Amino acid sequence: MKAKKTEELIFKTFMIISSIIIISILFYIIGTIIYKGLPALDIDMLTKIPGGGFFLGKEGGVLNAIVGSLYIILGSLVIGLAISVPLVIYINFYLPKKSWLATLVRFSFDILFGVPSIVYGAFGFALMIFLGIRASLLGGIIAIALLIMPIMMRSFDEVAKLLSRDLPDALLSLGATRYEMAKVIIKQLMPGLVTAILLSVGRGIGDAAAVLFTAGYTDNIPTSLGQPAATLPLSIFFQLGSPVEEVQNRAYASAAILTLVILILSLSARYFSSKYQKNKI
Amino acid sequence: MMNFGVVRTSSTLEEIQSNSYLRKVESSHTINIKNLNVFIEEHHILKDINLSIPDKSITCIIGPSGCGKSTLLKTLNRMHDETPEVRISGEVIVDEENIYGVNVNVIDIRKKMGLLAQRPCPLPMSIFDNVAYGPRIHGLKRRKAINQTVIQYLQYVGLWDEVRGRVRSSPTRLSIGQQQRLCLARGLAIEPEYILGDEATSALDPISTKKIEELFIKLKEKYSIILVTHTLRQARRIADWVVFMYMGEIIEAGKTEEFFNNPKNKLTREYLSGSFS
Repeated sequence: MKAKKTEELIFKTFMIISSIIIISILFYIIGTIIYKGLPALDIDMLTKIPGGGFFLGKEGGVLNAIVGSLYIILGSLVIGLAISVPLVIYINFYLPKKSWLATLVRFSFDILFGVPSIVYGAFGFALMIFLGIRASLLGGIIAIALLIMPIMMRSFDEVAKLLSRDLPDALLSLGATRYEMAKVIIKQLMPGLVTAILLSVGRGIGDAAAVLFTAGYTDNIPTSLGQPAATLPLSIFFQLGSPVEEVQNRAYASAAILTLVILILSLSARYFSSKYQKNKI
Repeated sequence: MMNFGVVRTSSTLEEIQSNSYLRKVESSHTINIKNLNVFIEEHHILKDINLSIPDKSITCIIGPSGCGKSTLLKTLNRMHDETPEVRISGEVIVDEENIYGVNVNVIDIRKKMGLLAQRPCPLPMSIFDNVAYGPRIHGLKRRKAINQTVIQYLQYVGLWDEVRGRVRSSPTRLSIGQQQRLCLARGLAIEPEYILGDEATSALDPISTKKIEELFIKLKEKYSIILVTHTLRQARRIADWVVFMYMGEIIEAGKTEEFFNNPKNKLTREYLSGSFS
């Protein structure tokens, strides 16, 4: 009896310690970023591009990285959604339940899900060489789209699989066309879709490896798809190593912005999925 | 809460349909199935089905599991179209038109056949929108007409008083029996001419079952109703005609009383005595 109590005590302690570790890691990271990044965050940081030369220039902010990241994530979202949404709808509602094609597709994006982002970067790079494009906004968009597509498809597919298989039949037997049926189903899939988007934006916006070769880096804001684009993660990567304190501050500011963005994304993902649960069957 | 305007509380089907948004021509409804064969991949599911289904009565299709009852029902609203593995030959003549003919619009066929499925499957929208969905996709636009249609059909299935305060909320909190009546109201709101029930009460408790059965009896004044059922007692209670199927064939069909009291086929007698089920 006593041995059992001791065992219980030991494992309980372990569980409490693990919980404390996780919480402290989160707060330590957020704390560091706020401590180093927040003082550097001012209006200039958010509204100006770096000045005075790459790696050493002391003036300006990280607007180039903010805008670059935004462009890349929006572009890749468009590509990602255009491919994932039809795919998930096809494998869940058009193909029969036990279709080998659906199994193959799911297997494919499960594998792709596990591929490290640097591999997407390398693949994107090879693709760019093949197509004759240099490191550019377009290259970054393609690489990030490749990276986020499996995430999008997977989280979207999870929700789609939960949807009642009776629902399409119920709609069709009311005389709905396939298009009308799809409209209702998409509405039902909304929480899954929103979560999928937020998750993939979170993953895509923070990834450095995929854009390292493909998007390049620049102090300017790209004005066309063919120009290189800066990104927040690379803005940290390239500027943190500078001996100049002002440049380092830009890196910390980028980290703070990135963390804030991801924090907001996670919180809104929770909010949206609870909001759309209302009419869930 | 929204304002529903002036709503009459009584609602017989005649009254509801007299202000129908579809204004259809009254005609007698018949279904004639001729030499129907259904294959799913290599399996011969329905074999040479020939059957006439009379108007304004309840026809129950009975038989052991896997005998093809549900498959037969699905041929009537062409739901097999959704499964590419299914092959169908023969004719199903509904109101003098072969629904498997060349120029047939599937949507029109499905609109003609109100289906009540085994498990209620409310659409992911409010109670009100569930009933309004059918009329809306079939072109009813005026808000007032939609309100009227929804309320009348909810009244018709006896759900209005139970849900009147919360028609804008999700149907998930309704009981299964209430959900099934909601699905019936939804099906009726597309103003079908036939009602198909695929073991429509098998998921329900006895009281809800009774309510649905009473509705079917009320509905047969206007519609021809075809029900697939598992329970012989249900067929005995509500059917006017009974069709007994076994292994994809129709073994015996006839008036309920005759069928139960004086079955002609040996298989029917065995099935009715409970030798197999």
